[in-house]
Amino acid sequence: MERPLTEHIKPGAPPLTFEEYRKAGGYEGVRKALKEMSPTEVTNLIKDAKLLGRGGAGFPTGVKWSLVPMEPDRSKPKYLVCNADEMEPGTFKDRYLLEGNPHQLIAGMIVAAYAIQADKAYIFLRWAYKKAEKALRKALAEAYEAGYLGENILGSGFNLDLNIHVSAGRYICGEETALLNSLEGKRAIPRTKPPFPAASGLFGRPTVVNNVETLSWASHIVSHGAAWFKSLSLTETGGTKIFGVSGRVKNPGLWELPMGTTVREILEEHAGGMTEGYRFRGALPGGASTDFLVEQHLDIQMDFATVAAAGSRMGTGTMIILDDKTCPVAFLKNIERFFALESCGWCTPCREGLPWVEKILTAIEEGRGRMEHLDTLKSQTKYLAPGHTFCAHAPGAAEPLQSGLKYFHDDFVQHIHDKKCPWK
Amino acid sequence: MLTDKEKKEIFEEVKQYPSPKGACIDALKVVQEHRGWVSDESVKDIAGILEMSNEEVDSVATFYPRIYRKPVGRNVILLCDGISCMIMGYESIYEHISKQLGISFGETTEDGRYTLLPISCLGDCDHAPSMMINNDHYNNLTIENVVELLDDYK
Repeated sequence: MERPLTEHIKPGAPPLTFEEYRKAGGYEGVRKALKEMSPTEVTNLIKDAKLLGRGGAGFPTGVKWSLVPMEPDRSKPKYLVCNADEMEPGTFKDRYLLEGNPHQLIAGMIVAAYAIQADKAYIFLRWAYKKAEKALRKALAEAYEAGYLGENILGSGFNLDLNIHVSAGRYICGEETALLNSLEGKRAIPRTKPPFPAASGLFGRPTVVNNVETLSWASHIVSHGAAWFKSLSLTETGGTKIFGVSGRVKNPGLWELPMGTTVREILEEHAGGMTEGYRFRGALPGGASTDFLVEQHLDIQMDFATVAAAGSRMGTGTMIILDDKTCPVAFLKNIERFFALESCGWCTPCREGLPWVEKILTAIEEGRGRMEHLDTLKSQTKYLAPGHTFCAHAPGAAEPLQSGLKYFHDDFVQHIHDKKCPWK
Repeated sequence: MLTDKEKKEIFEEVKQYPSPKGACIDALKVVQEHRGWVSDESVKDIAGILEMSNEEVDSVATFYPRIYRKPVGRNVILLCDGISCMIMGYESIYEHISKQLGISFGETTEDGRYTLLPISCLGDCDHAPSMMINNDHYNNLTIENVVELLDDYK
């Protein structure tokens, strides 16, 4: 089975240098795109390949690129931004790609920037990723040195300047318009859409924001074609996916597997099943902001559409496992406290609703809960739902809560009835 | 007053952006790198350089948790209290560190050696529980190994 994204990543070994990666064919897509293809041809190829955004939303990447105005007279400057602000609790896949193969990302960014004719690109990097920052800075210097960044790349007349911006924290920076405000040196508050970044993004200019894993694909797809990319997957969505598992399993970690691998296979074969003495109760399939999947869902395929059909979201594809020795109320309280803390405070339902949710969950966990609290929590998930808030932060927070209330109802009731946490 | 070195580093960051304002977060980080935290005076100095109001700079400084607007200890311990670390038992690690150092989250030891802060998710979820001390990540924490790790930071 092919593992294009991780084949050159050797745990414990330093990432490939520019020269090593180029010799391995890693920059072939850059050469092909810049020398043999028009920008629109590159975008159309990515569209054909059905590369869906790997940051969690699953938006078609080629479509996003095609929204950027291409008329020469209104084109400069345009920006490409790589969202490397991985901060979704339980998510650690981009770190692996950044530390393990920074040239793969740079090659992908050159291809993407060429497709939208951006002359400036940024990597918006999470502050905690020190090792990734070091690897990226070294790789960038090598790419400039080799003439793959800077002016007139490979004699094509295309120029690209690539910089790293290291964040100063805050989960909301992962929201693409908040990220743009942060990159402009402002508070990371989401912006109204429309206008979408493709029309008016960074400093008011056309901008594309893509996730690390998404961009890491671009050069590969140009080298090998859309049919090859689709053939890697078991489902309609093309490609492989980096899946991960954390929690009480025998072998927590990350694996590059075909898109559409089942939850059961990831959990049992790759993560080695539950740790001795722990039983599976549920999983958040793609980070803290996704709905629970439970026993009955183990055979569903991990892909955007199939997980959505089961009432959740694939999100980032890195699962968090709830075991039988962890209290589901405490689990949810931890997550909702995170979302309450990380709310940027811009809109009322999120700013006021999330602390209220946290307060109620705390009361229930401490044995001060009442049955009507469950109705309040349920109604909160409605107020925090899409359409009531400015961005996806609060709706994301509502997802584990609404499904947790459903699947772990008896545990909530027991806390309230016994006036204490059964796990303590 | 900002030192010449700080100013030089800030101007270097300004070059990355179409307007000086864009470098606001970078400028705050430069000052913090040299002084450990960002004082009111530094906020004013940065505002002067970047042609912003003091309030504007402060609104940015207070938004981001990795900008410290209060002095911190020589070593900052960031203990992950995120969901994967909770499942893997960060709470007992916290209690242990807290007892050993005599401080809770948000506090600094009297000798100014350590500040203990919570952080949510360091991207080390497959090796939870985890923490950072200054720029270093530590994973698979146990109450046995954690105090020894702290000892290395003077």
